Amino acid sequence: MTVALASVLEIHPQVAVRPEAFGALAYHYGNRRLIFLKHPDVVTVVQALHDHPDVQSTLSACGVTQDRWPSFIAALTSLETSEVVREREITG
Amino acid sequence: MSAKSLVEEMKRGLDAPICLTWELTYACNLQCVHCLSSSGQRDERELSTDEAKKILDDLRDLQVFYINIGGGEPMVRRDFFELLEYSVSNGIGVKFSTNGAFIDEEKAQRLASMDYIDIQISLDGVDAATNDAVRGEGSHAMAIRAMDNLKAANFGQFKISVVVTRHNVSQLDQFKALADFYGAQLRITRLRPAGRGADTWHELHPTNAQQREIYDWLLKHGENVLTGDSFFHLNAFGEALPGLNMCGAGRVVCLIDPIGDVYACPFVIHDEFKAGNVRDEGGFAKVWKKSDLFLSLREPQSAGACASCGAFDACQGGCMAAKFFTGLPLDGPDPECVAGDADEALSVVTRSSAPKPGMDHSKPITLTRKKLPVGA
Ligand code: SF4
Ligand code: SF4
Repeated sequence: MTVALASVLEIHPQVAVRPEAFGALAYHYGNRRLIFLKHPDVVTVVQALHDHPDVQSTLSACGVTQDRWPSFIAALTSLETSEVVREREITG
Repeated sequence: MSAKSLVEEMKRGLDAPICLTWELTYACNLQCVHCLSSSGQRDERELSTDEAKKILDDLRDLQVFYINIGGGEPMVRRDFFELLEYSVSNGIGVKFSTNGAFIDEEKAQRLASMDYIDIQISLDGVDAATNDAVRGEGSHAMAIRAMDNLKAANFGQFKISVVVTRHNVSQLDQFKALADFYGAQLRITRLRPAGRGADTWHELHPTNAQQREIYDWLLKHGENVLTGDSFFHLNAFGEALPGLNMCGAGRVVCLIDPIGDVYACPFVIHDEFKAGNVRDEGGFAKVWKKSDLFLSLREPQSAGACASCGAFDACQGGCMAAKFFTGLPLDGPDPECVAGDADEALSVVTRSSAPKPGMDHSKPITLTRKKLPVGA
């Protein structure tokens, strides 16, 4: 899947995120993979996904300027592939 | 960020280890000739169940994702399952290494019913003769029985962990086939001259021609085989192998030994690499974050005699533990430097002048007399 501005995402429930100097380390308890989140802003966005309706509103809320959106879409796409984030499950 | 800059970040150390080994006991039913921790007998100072749980609390607070449990044979501890469950319920996954002696049908089922547990069965030969020469009589059958039990219990993908020696390099394909048969993942690691391995390394470590074989084999199969940080010294042959291509000691790697001492890595049980003890005030977190040893390991390290070598970027001068216990300078070539740059230095250190492993829990040597056949 390619992530788009309209995608509705969340952190994968089996993923833990730990801040580090360079950004954060994410660990997926299911596939036992370690993933490096290489920029503090990416970490902020990933952690905020759940609180906003879609990717675009998350980016705006986190103060990411529009010129940087493409690189964030690319980062989120790769994080979706490694199952750090996933499409949000609609509950109740 | 490129792979290279990530390595640079990791060299500066992480807020919590990503490869923490915790040896639960020095007691072991076996007596492998290359045991990295010279295990055999329990140490009376070993951590109590409560102390062990306190460590797990600290690791949870540090957000350590998973730990590698070993020994000795960790399953000989009576509270083994209790600690496993405590760890997992704290959000810390566990991979444990075992010789398999205690994985009977019932334990296999119990393990299969738990989440976030990964098992690594040690096996150093595909056949009993090769394996038992290193790990002791009957140990091959023990490991196979454990794997059969895990398979029957539908545990899922466990790991078969092989220490590569002169005698099993030629079996790599067969190990892979064995792992495939069990639906397991193969892990191959480097023999390091640590613990009792310091005494046997000279006889057991692969020859340089065999190192080339390992390298070529990993280039072909490496993506599906785990190696940790075992073989980055082989990167000097050319293209980089998959795996952690740096020494993570004290930066992303560390060891907690059975009595709570914290070392820079599992292969350097020696005072020189002891950072502190979990029983000290501040516990593990303070040792990890503040100990002089770990802070100094996170400083840029000198390349020493390797600085002029064209392969240094790829090989990083190799493994600190391997250098230390063979008596070589830490800022020079690895004893298994593929360019042969350590050969001269190695030839002048005598084995008696090389540092001795810090602790020895080997069982006293007993002369077991085989029963003489009747009538002899
Ligand atoms: S000293 Fe050797 S075994 Fe230990 S972390 Fe460094 S490279 Fe790995
Ligand atoms: S001289 Fe040092 S850097 Fe060069 S191959 Fe040997 S160990 Fe590696």
